[in-house]
Amino acid sequence: MNISINGEQIDTSAETLTTLLEQNGYADATIATAVNSTFVSQGERENYLLKEGDQIEVLAPMQGG
Amino acid sequence: MREFYGTKLSNALMLGTAQYPSPAILADAFKRSGAGVATVSLRRESGTDKAGQDFWAMIRELGVHVLPNTAGCHTVKEAVTTAQMAREVFGTPWIKLEVIGEEDTLHPDTFALVEAARILSEDGFQVFPYTTDDLVAAERLLRAGCEVLMPWGAPIGSGQGLNNVFGLRAMRAHFPETPLVVDAGLGLPSQAAQVMELGFDAVLLNTAVAKAGDPAAMAEAFSLAVSAGQLAAIADPMEPRDMAAPSTPVIGKAFLS
Repeated sequence: MNISINGEQIDTSAETLTTLLEQNGYADATIATAVNSTFVSQGERENYLLKEGDQIEVLAPMQGG
Repeated sequence: MREFYGTKLSNALMLGTAQYPSPAILADAFKRSGAGVATVSLRRESGTDKAGQDFWAMIRELGVHVLPNTAGCHTVKEAVTTAQMAREVFGTPWIKLEVIGEEDTLHPDTFALVEAARILSEDGFQVFPYTTDDLVAAERLLRAGCEVLMPWGAPIGSGQGLNNVFGLRAMRAHFPETPLVVDAGLGLPSQAAQVMELGFDAVLLNTAVAKAGDPAAMAEAFSLAVSAGQLAAIADPMEPRDMAAPSTPVIGKAFLS
């Protein structure tokens, strides 16, 4: 299945958002996620089933004014 | 000092965390100034270098209140989603709500701002809206659930100071019970002192400190200015007058002509 993470296209076998994040280096990271511009909370990731073409945003703390 | 959603700050300086020459200098600026609030943001995280994790660890070590922003958002949807993500990451209901309407000045889109503030307030957020000195927009923000207002002094990063002192004074007079913060546009500590002399409750700035030749010294200078202005406001300044009034008593002056 083809999806994108932070704008980068990838081919994945992951079925859930949690699995996808673990496979791409985000295990234990302090992050927040959105799929197709909608917030998906940490508690929802395990049951969030990915679909072809999903656009995943993975955000973390950054400097800000 | 008025409280910010039930939180009393020991220092009325709020500092941004962007554009410093190094993380060590950023930390030093906070330590020397005693700033009580740090604004932070959210950006895309790489699964390989994970730069955000180190930054977040450093901010937590500072032991200050964290105020996440929605910088760069241009729509209600974008701002609300970013706020939801920020609340989960930073573990705070505080959100510095920015909805930008115009690129050259980074002028807030006050219509979208009010709508986003309403949605977020109903969802339990404690919204710090980055707005203008427009009294009508301010009134709508309060009705939308905001308990703090953050008018700009001048466009973000411009260092111009207070472009509309009259507007800020009117805002203070019109909303005597509301915590008010001047957010953005300051360049010098004297401008921060002026904000506090007007009776405002805090100042929020970033670029003026981060882009100074010695950011930590400038942060301390701003902190001292904020304290001076705050004390001056409490001390009840005299009213200015058009004509001179001799300060030395005239009675008893020798007749020497």
